[in-house]
Order: sequence, then C-alpha cells, then structure tokens
Amino acid sequence: MADKPIQGEKRMFVTGNEAVAYAALAADVDIMYGYPITPQNEIMHYYTRLAPKYNKPFLQTEDEISAGFTTVGGVMSGKRAFTATAGPGNTLIQESMSMAEMMRIPTVVVIMQRGGPSTATVIYSQQEVTMTCYGANGEGIRVVYSTCNHQELYDYTIKSFNTAWKYRIPTFVLGDGYQAKMRESLTMYDPATRGIEMVNTSPFVGLPGTAGVDRDPAHLRNTYNTEEELYEVVSNLVADYEKVAPEIVESESFDCDDAEVVVLAHGVVSRAAVEAIRELRKAGIKAGHFRPITLRPFPDQELKAVANQAKKLLVVESAQGQFAKLCQHSLYGNSTPMEYIFKPGLGITSDEIMNKVKSML
Amino acid sequence: MTVTTVMEPKMPKCWRQETKPHKFCPGCGHGDVLKALGTAIDELGIQDRVVFGCDIGCSLLSWDFFNFDTIQAHHGRTTPVMTGVKRARPELICIAYMGDGGGYAIGSQHLVNAATRNERIFVLLANNAQYGMTGGQMAPTTLPGMKTETSPYGRDTDWSGNPTLGPEMVAAITPDSAYVARGTMSNLRQLTQMMKKALQNQIDGNGFSFVEALASCPTNWRTNAAKTWEFVEKEMPKYFKVGELKVPAKKEG
Ligand SMILES: Cc1ncc(C[n+]2csc(CCOP(=O)(O)OP(=O)(O)O)c2C)c(N)n1
Ligand code: SF4
Repeated sequence: MADKPIQGEKRMFVTGNEAVAYAALAADVDIMYGYPITPQNEIMHYYTRLAPKYNKPFLQTEDEISAGFTTVGGVMSGKRAFTATAGPGNTLIQESMSMAEMMRIPTVVVIMQRGGPSTATVIYSQQEVTMTCYGANGEGIRVVYSTCNHQELYDYTIKSFNTAWKYRIPTFVLGDGYQAKMRESLTMYDPATRGIEMVNTSPFVGLPGTAGVDRDPAHLRNTYNTEEELYEVVSNLVADYEKVAPEIVESESFDCDDAEVVVLAHGVVSRAAVEAIRELRKAGIKAGHFRPITLRPFPDQELKAVANQAKKLLVVESAQGQFAKLCQHSLYGNSTPMEYIFKPGLGITSDEIMNKVKSML
Repeated sequence: MTVTTVMEPKMPKCWRQETKPHKFCPGCGHGDVLKALGTAIDELGIQDRVVFGCDIGCSLLSWDFFNFDTIQAHHGRTTPVMTGVKRARPELICIAYMGDGGGYAIGSQHLVNAATRNERIFVLLANNAQYGMTGGQMAPTTLPGMKTETSPYGRDTDWSGNPTLGPEMVAAITPDSAYVARGTMSNLRQLTQMMKKALQNQIDGNGFSFVEALASCPTNWRTNAAKTWEFVEKEMPKYFKVGELKVPAKKEG
C-alpha cells in the first residue's frame, strides 16, 4: 500500500476536479460517496483511480438523495467522509443537509456549480449560491467557501474537513464548472509539512462499550415534540454559530483604501475583477476589489468597512442577483450607491467590468 | 459503366425528418431502440395519441426525435411525470423512455412504485450497461468485472452488488395484467413486437408495461463496430436473458 498521495510539495498542472480528489486524499479522507453529474464527475473518476491505492473506499449511490444521506451516515460513524455534486444534484442533497445542520454533522460537500434552473447547462455559472448557503429547510447553519482558482480548491478542500470537524458544522466548497474542467497549475502539499494538523474525527454512534451496560446509548434525533423544544434547540444552534462565525469568516480585498468604485465579486468571477482593477489602476482610475471567501458566514464587518470608504459599489456575478442579495443584506443601513452586472450562466470579462466602472465615475 | 443505387434508409413515419440525422453517436443503440418504437407506433396507428417522455441521459437527445408531444424531464423523474399525464388524461398513450441509470438508480423508487400501482403507462428502458451522457461511469447494469470510469479496476460485485435485473424485478412485483419483456437491438424485429405488445397492453387498459432493450454505447465502451456488436449480441445476454417475462392473458371476449 502506498504511503501518502502527496509527499512534501509538488507543482501540478491539473483540472479543478483532479485538485479536489488529490486534496481529499491529502486531507486523509476515509471515504467518498457520490452520484455522477457533470461537471463534478472527474472528482469521482480521479478518486476511484487513486483511492484504492490508499485503501480508501468509494460508494456510487443510486442518486444524490442517497449520496447525501450515506455521507451523513459515514460522518456519524466517525469517518472523514465527503461527497460532491452540482445543479439538480445539489437540489437533492439539500434534504440530507437539513439533517446535517440540525444535528451538527460535519459533512463536507464539494459543489461545482452549473447553470440552472432545472437541469440546464454544465459549465459557467454562479447560480447555486442561494441554494448552497440557504437551501435546506433550516436557518443556514453551515459554512460555504467560494474558491476562485485551483490552488484554493486544493487549500479549501483540505480546510473544509477541519472546519467541519472542529466546529461540527456542515461545510461546502463552492466551485463551478469552469474551475472543475479547466487546467491550471498549483502547488499540492501534504498538510503536515505546512503545519496543518487534520482535526481528529470521532464517532457519534458505534461507540466503544456496550450500550446500557457500560455506557448510555447514543440517542440522536432531529425531530422534536413541541415547538418550544424546537425553538430552544434552534436558538442554541444559532447562538453557537454566531459565536464561532468570526473565527471562520474569510475575505480578501485589495486597492480598496482610496477606491472610488469597489467591485464586489466572488469565486471565478473575481478573477476578472482582479484583472479589471489592475488595468484601471494603470489608467489612473481608483478602483478596488473586495471578495468574500466565506459566503456563509458572510464577512459583514469587513464588507461594511470597505463600503463605508468607497464612493460606489459594483456587484458582478454570473447569476441574477443571488450574491447581490447577500451583499445588500450585509450592508443594510449603508447608503453607498450600488450598481450591478448580472449575467446568469455567462462568463464575465475584465473589459466589461472596466467599462462599467468607467461609466460609474 | 457501373450504376450505384443509393437506398434511402427506411425510417418510421412518425420520426421527425427535420431532426434527422439524429444526435446520438455513430453506432449508438438509442437510435435503433427508437426505430423499433417508431415502427411499433406506426403499425398500431396511434401517433396522434402518444405523449413521449424522456429522461436526462442520452435519452434526452430524443426530445425532438418524433412527431409526438414530448416532455423532457429530470434525471430519474420521467416515470412520475408520465404517470401524472396518464392519471389526468387516461385516453393518451404515455411512454416513459430512459436509460438504466434513470430507471434503476436515481429513479428506481419511481419504477418500483409505478409498477406496484400497475400504472397504465409504458416504460421503455435502454440498457447500455453504463452511464452514457455523463461519460461512462458504472451503472446498476454494469457487468461484473467491467471497467468504467468509476470502476476503473473492474466492477467488484462484492462491493457494489450484482447488475440489476430490471424486468425480472418488475415481473415479480406487478399483477398478471402487466406486460414485461427484455429485448435487444440485435433483434429489432422481436424488439418491435415486444413494444407493440407493451403499447397494446396500455391501449387495452390492462396495466403496467415494461420493456428493457439491450443497447450499445461504443463511445464509452471504446469499442469498434465489430466489438460493439459482439458485446451486445454475445456478452450482455449472458447476464440479461432476452425474452418475455410476463404476458397478460387475453381477456375473454
Ligand atoms: C439529479 C441529477 N443527478 C445527476 C445528473 C447527471 N446525469 C445526467 S445523465 C446521467 C446518467 C445517464 O445514464 P443512463 O440513465 O444510464 O442513460 P444513458 O446516458 O446511458 O443513455 C446522469 C447521472 C442529473 N442530470 N441530475
Ligand atoms: S454516449 Fe453512448 S449512449 Fe450516449 S449517444 Fe453516445 S453512444 Fe449513445
């Protein structure tokens, strides 16, 4: 049996899906459950080629309802388990994620967004933001990382297992079809060589000893007899979540300090924003960029600080305002004017952003 | 001087000419299965009453294949969509067309329940032993030891179970008034007859009709013409026995 999938550090030129499969193995994942859907298929393809060499199993389920619930079961048995899906599969997986939110099950799900609604297209889109952040029949007690390149897909896939297990909160890595299928270079590493310790996992069920003899049985539930009881449980969940959110939240900004226009974008679209800001600065135009890395919890404080300094804000996304809603909610009470580029399912170029920023000056 | 006569391929009348040549890969079994279906419908003269539903999977490429009203549904959900149409408009002839993934994996609960309720619809399932559209992953029908994208070292039945025997299962859970058969693209005459009986069973208001058709996917099998044919004709029927499993007794006139 081979030792570790990545020894030390390694420069690789791979697709995003491949990066995720490697990252999961580097994170010492125990098992993957999954159901085929484009554009995440190759996560399973690479995983099923690599994982047996490290004695890590894979189960192909009959659909994503099952993929979600088998992942829940795997995690509750104490394993570092994950699944990956997209689009209509994300819709189906949300049922199990309601359970994961309520019972604080540290599931990890990689979402490679595709265009919707319905079954739609498979490459470019950011139309799964609302569903991934708030898609279950609950309060959105979850963590969602939105990655913008392959290095981040690798980094945050590893990190998602630690966030999930440290806080016992279901965690999502939100990529998109473009990142999934495109090749670019990144540095893969063994987390240990960078001082990243994988948070230990532990079982919720199948505990040592005999239940009723030398320990109490684990009686776990996510159904309650009265509304009052439910209220108490959910209030505690929310309070816990709000307490740890400042530790989890992540964002990135540059050139915002003196910016007249700050471009707000996340995920793959922020790459066009970065390019646009560089060009605008070269032309002497004061523009900056702010990018939430966690869409849930949302970096409210950080965005407010940026928005209070800026003259204008421009929200750019490959969806019809799903990300803008998060920003508006976060900025409630702030009066900085906000404009938009919404292109559901379409790619956005740096030129479009530059022209729009110029028109706003 | 040699004279070459080009024979126009004979197509069913209910095929929509504007959308031909069709969009399946060369050598794909879906085209043949749909040819048999078209012929069966022509021969029964029911084109005006047919509503055709297709799944996600390569079957979706048939969304504009026929001159019928067609609904392209979600992956695995075509059976309930067509059940919904039939329950509301029993005079229509409802056909749900899907792959082995749509019928035996994601949509299996729908197949089981439609069969148990003896829905008066016709479910036609193309079994190509893997997932075509998503690029050749393991399907419920992948043969033991067969390599696919998610069983790269060959299907291990200890881990993933045996291939689904769909018609055998449907035959076991349906009442006597159902029609159940397994045909193959390598015997189109027989496959057409099976489809005619399945449709007739619905026309007669008897009960559920189910036909599985063994079908090729040269693209994902990575086979040339000869090997493709050999796999469909020789390998698949070793596991998936071709024939009728349930034929409703003729009602006494
Ligand atoms: C909910 C959901 N999950 C997954 C998919 C992705 N998907 C599209 S086609 C397909 C498999 C199709 O295989 P099969 O039903 O055997 O038909 P074939 O393509 O082989 O004809 C899958 C999994 C989807 N569209 N929706
Ligand atoms: S991938 Fe396979 S099933 Fe799909 S159209 Fe091509 S040959 Fe047919």
